[in-house]
Amino acid sequence: MLQTIPSPSPVPPMPFVQAGPPMLAIRDLHAAYGQSEVLHGLDIAVAPGEIVAVMGRNGMGKTTLMKTLMGIVPVKSGSIAVDGAEIGALKSHQRVAKGLAYVPQGRMIFSAMTVQENIETGLTVTNERRVPGDLYEMFPVLLEMKGRRSGNLSGGQQQQLAIARALASRPKVLLLDEPTEGIQPSIIREMGRTLKKIRDARGLSIVVSEQVLSFALDVADRVLVIENGHIVHESLRADIDEAKVARFLSV
Amino acid sequence: MFGDYSLTDLSSIFVMQGFAGLILFSVYTLMALGLAIIFGQMGVINMAHGEFMILGAYVTYLCSGFFQTHLPALFPAYFFVAMALAFVASGALGMLVEWALIRHLYKRPLDTLLATWGLSLILQQTYRTVFGAREVGVELPSWLIGSVQVTDSIEIPINGMFVMAITTLITLGVALLMYRSRFGAQVRAVVQNRPMAGAVGIDTEKVDRLTFGLGCGIAGIAGSAFTMVGSTGPTSGQLYIVDTFLIVVFGGAASLLGTIASAFSISQTQSTLEFFLSGSTAKVITLLAVVGILMLRPQGLFTLKVRR
Repeated sequence: MLQTIPSPSPVPPMPFVQAGPPMLAIRDLHAAYGQSEVLHGLDIAVAPGEIVAVMGRNGMGKTTLMKTLMGIVPVKSGSIAVDGAEIGALKSHQRVAKGLAYVPQGRMIFSAMTVQENIETGLTVTNERRVPGDLYEMFPVLLEMKGRRSGNLSGGQQQQLAIARALASRPKVLLLDEPTEGIQPSIIREMGRTLKKIRDARGLSIVVSEQVLSFALDVADRVLVIENGHIVHESLRADIDEAKVARFLSV
Repeated sequence: MFGDYSLTDLSSIFVMQGFAGLILFSVYTLMALGLAIIFGQMGVINMAHGEFMILGAYVTYLCSGFFQTHLPALFPAYFFVAMALAFVASGALGMLVEWALIRHLYKRPLDTLLATWGLSLILQQTYRTVFGAREVGVELPSWLIGSVQVTDSIEIPINGMFVMAITTLITLGVALLMYRSRFGAQVRAVVQNRPMAGAVGIDTEKVDRLTFGLGCGIAGIAGSAFTMVGSTGPTSGQLYIVDTFLIVVFGGAASLLGTIASAFSISQTQSTLEFFLSGSTAKVITLLAVVGILMLRPQGLFTLKVRR
């Protein structure tokens, strides 16, 4: 389960959370752009099958955390382990092979390529040739549009594509960076359902960074608040103090 | 300038110069394909691309000599072997150069320009030392010599048709590789968004190395074809690099079709004008036209229309 420093009161086990070692374990993680350090020693543990929301205002380090986990921003010190394997020194593609998958802010689909080709890029580490049918089952709209140039999809469809592309590598931990950004409210609710469905179907752990509190409360089992590169608050969804978290998010 | 010729003369001139232009077009297309692939993939302007081409030409020259002395029976088919070897030699050298030099300079585009230029000088001197400063020519098998008489005044050389056929095949091959294969999809993903390509699990460094090798290998084949239309010397490649750049920029980066269209229009203009005017005047007019069009369409001839 999760430990932040200083550790809060003992966390009661959630019914769906399996006991045992964490799927994603981040210890004393420091990351910097050049000389300016952005993450000052984060400790986060995510259990198998758990959904954790990392909340915070712009510029507080959410995206840097995601990029550091993916190897896009280098780790300065500390450790990252996925399912017990240390990945802090690996290149991005090696981390994907170890079980991380990433849905970045702004989706970053390969817009000049077709929908199907986009999903296929996610198959690189699995050596599968064909897009698994269950992905299209999960996102039927992508099957309809598989021959379309993906840059011409709507924002919500692109988000589904980015998630499908990440899932194609059969990850153990799925990272989503502000998935609700620029997406209309009705689709946000549906995305929350989809994320939980993915977790239930595949048993993977999900870390999602968010600014929208209602979405985080909808999907997450646990909510962390990051501020200036430190975790300043954490609580289970069951006993979350909404007003307090909201104060962290207000500008 | 057309006044001294009759109408039938003129049409013959246009057809034959057009055909001569097509051979030039073939060499340009192959060169530009390699250059465009490398530039699109890693933003590296490979100033040594002409020398990779000339390596292919020298390999063809060596092959022709080897087959003549040791395997005269197979001489008619040597050109195919030579092209394959030219591809392998230039491709292998390209991958070595990428590993030893280019990959350390990816985030410094101006440095790669200088480094590859230096590399081109080193290669030129190496060729001069190994093969001598004199230009060499290859012996063509008899079936490639001669021409087809179409009408009284129009003759079409066989080797030209052969070069064009090869170019068409390679262009189709590259198009299939880029747009129908897994490797091609990975290359395009890296071109569009390198960090994201890594984050979906693509080994971007491996893709870089293979792409650089592929681009240089195609230049090697261009060199093979080049031996039919020009003689090979240590600095022959240098003459082609500027024109090839022009083609890549004019066609619009990252567009295969644009590269082909641009190679076609530039080589045809060049070849047709050369007949009526001096070579340098033809070049000036071609360049002026290109500059003018690029001022109106800075993105090049062809671009993709998608939301970004």
